[in-house]
Amino acid sequence: MIRRLDPNLVVIAIAAPLLWFIPVGFKAYGLYVVSLWLVMAIAAMGLNLTLGYAGLKSLAQAAFVGIGAYTTAILTKNHGVAWPVAFLVSGALSFGVGVVLGFPALRVKFHHLAFVTLAFAMFVFLVARNEEWLTGGVYGFSNIPRPVIFGLDLSRALPFYRFVLVVTVGLSLAMWWLLRSPWGRAFQALRENWMRAASLGVDIRTYTLLAFAIGSAWGGFAGALYAPLVEFIDPAPFAISASFVMLLTVVVGGSGFFLGPFVGAFLSFVLPELLRATGGWYLLVYASVVLILLVFSPTGILGLVERAREHVAQRRAAEMRAAARPMLEGSEAR
Amino acid sequence: MDQFLQLLVAGLATGAIYALAAIGFTLVWQTSQTINFAQGEFVMLPAILALAARDLLHLPFWAAAMLATAVFLLLFGVGFKRFLVDPMLKHGVLPLAIATMALSILMKEGAKDGYSAQAAQFPSMVPEGTFSLLGAAVSLRDVAVFVVAIAAIVALQLFVTRTRLGRTMQATAQNPTVARILGVRVERMILLTFLINAGLAVFASYLISPIYLAKFSNGEVIGLSAFIAAIVGGFNQVRGALAGGFIVGLVDNLAAAYVSSGYRTAVPLGLLVVFILFKPEGLLGRREERTV
Repeated sequence: MIRRLDPNLVVIAIAAPLLWFIPVGFKAYGLYVVSLWLVMAIAAMGLNLTLGYAGLKSLAQAAFVGIGAYTTAILTKNHGVAWPVAFLVSGALSFGVGVVLGFPALRVKFHHLAFVTLAFAMFVFLVARNEEWLTGGVYGFSNIPRPVIFGLDLSRALPFYRFVLVVTVGLSLAMWWLLRSPWGRAFQALRENWMRAASLGVDIRTYTLLAFAIGSAWGGFAGALYAPLVEFIDPAPFAISASFVMLLTVVVGGSGFFLGPFVGAFLSFVLPELLRATGGWYLLVYASVVLILLVFSPTGILGLVERAREHVAQRRAAEMRAAARPMLEGSEAR
Repeated sequence: MDQFLQLLVAGLATGAIYALAAIGFTLVWQTSQTINFAQGEFVMLPAILALAARDLLHLPFWAAAMLATAVFLLLFGVGFKRFLVDPMLKHGVLPLAIATMALSILMKEGAKDGYSAQAAQFPSMVPEGTFSLLGAAVSLRDVAVFVVAIAAIVALQLFVTRTRLGRTMQATAQNPTVARILGVRVERMILLTFLINAGLAVFASYLISPIYLAKFSNGEVIGLSAFIAAIVGGFNQVRGALAGGFIVGLVDNLAAAYVSSGYRTAVPLGLLVVFILFKPEGLLGRREERTV
């Protein structure tokens, strides 16, 4: 039996080389925006696993990006740790914290879980703001070094962008593999009907914690890229409103769609930068667009695309039925 | 002891304002399962609108405040229900909750871009000054805020329990289907709830803005406090929200003085987590059936 190639994989295979070459002519700012898009798509991918596939409402993804960013900044700048190590530590730390934050998810569902994660996000923000000895407080961390990997100096914008792209593709493939594995199936079972999943032998406790922890780890990975990308971090980008935006990113792109985070992150992080040229109103425009979009399509942009595709498929099927009817009726008459 | 008494009064005053916001939050939740993540921004905006009307239209302050109230009730009482809640509720609770997050960003940015990014003085509607109580200098404003907020809550409670309209509203919240069978115009009652919510927000806004100054980012802390108050007190009870508001106000003010001003928000948050984990129905709430 020939396995049908997953269209998501095809999109990655086509997009990756395109993204490698297209931004060559971009100025440093353009490259920064495209890099930011990919970094935030990684974070949204993690939240998409937690929310879109496992159905757990988390309002703390930006906090995990913050944990990753601060971890990487502290390790690489203050302790001279190599970036790949800091990257792994950021992911592992977020994973560990994600497991702990997942425990409330075992006890409470729905809006209560959203509020617990909201409380956690606020707490992370307060720590970042108040613990000056560790995080630099409101003044933040400046001059975060960009890594040198295998002798490649990534301090310039284009090499760093390409490095971000490679990491993004790697993490996307890892996520794709994870979602197709039995684990991915179990996460979806959790979302659709956890009681039934439990009765079929899915270990609810383990998978709930894993969904939270893996989603959080992706947030940490994104943070590890974010810190050297912006080279300066302070608590503001990890405040609770940033976690709101993270959730909106996933939902607007299409929660539960593999490529949703990329579409959503484009709308949430690239569009505002494009609109920045139009004056100070870009966040206002962004919020209005999101609101209107949600009213018309609560399943996000990719949900809208899928609906359109189903509509076309249905019409085609109806046409084929209509064309086949005379023949069927003819055969009945005989 | 003096300081404790001052903090107690200040805590009760802010607590009463949080209670106003929390009561609106629970009312809207009861009648239409709307979790309004923009509740804090609902409290932030009326004061900004009033200041904008005063500065841009050169109105006297009282007229500006009345105009702002009318505009706010129309936009965020009627408009909020008609154009956001109605179309989205049929898709479920979550998409609507997420839409209110987008609304909160919209309101915050609108206030920032449309009026000012700076904190602005807001004229106090209650007397200023201090008086001495048991040797402590107590702020007259805190006491007045407390009294006014409580009066509003008592009036609301009387309306809900003693008048025909209020009881119909309660019936709608408890069981819309039966209410409809009994001839209640359910839609109109739900709209009334949204209007009351907007009205409470205006009230809270005009009371809190002289204390904390009117600023676009005020909604975050107020909203968080209102959520905490609603959950701690009980998500489905008005008196729960009242009790929750006082608890949060007191804990908040006492923590700022005795724990650490940097972590004052963290203490009520800890309270929230403890409640969610061990008593999710809140102090006075009824246990809700778990949906499967």
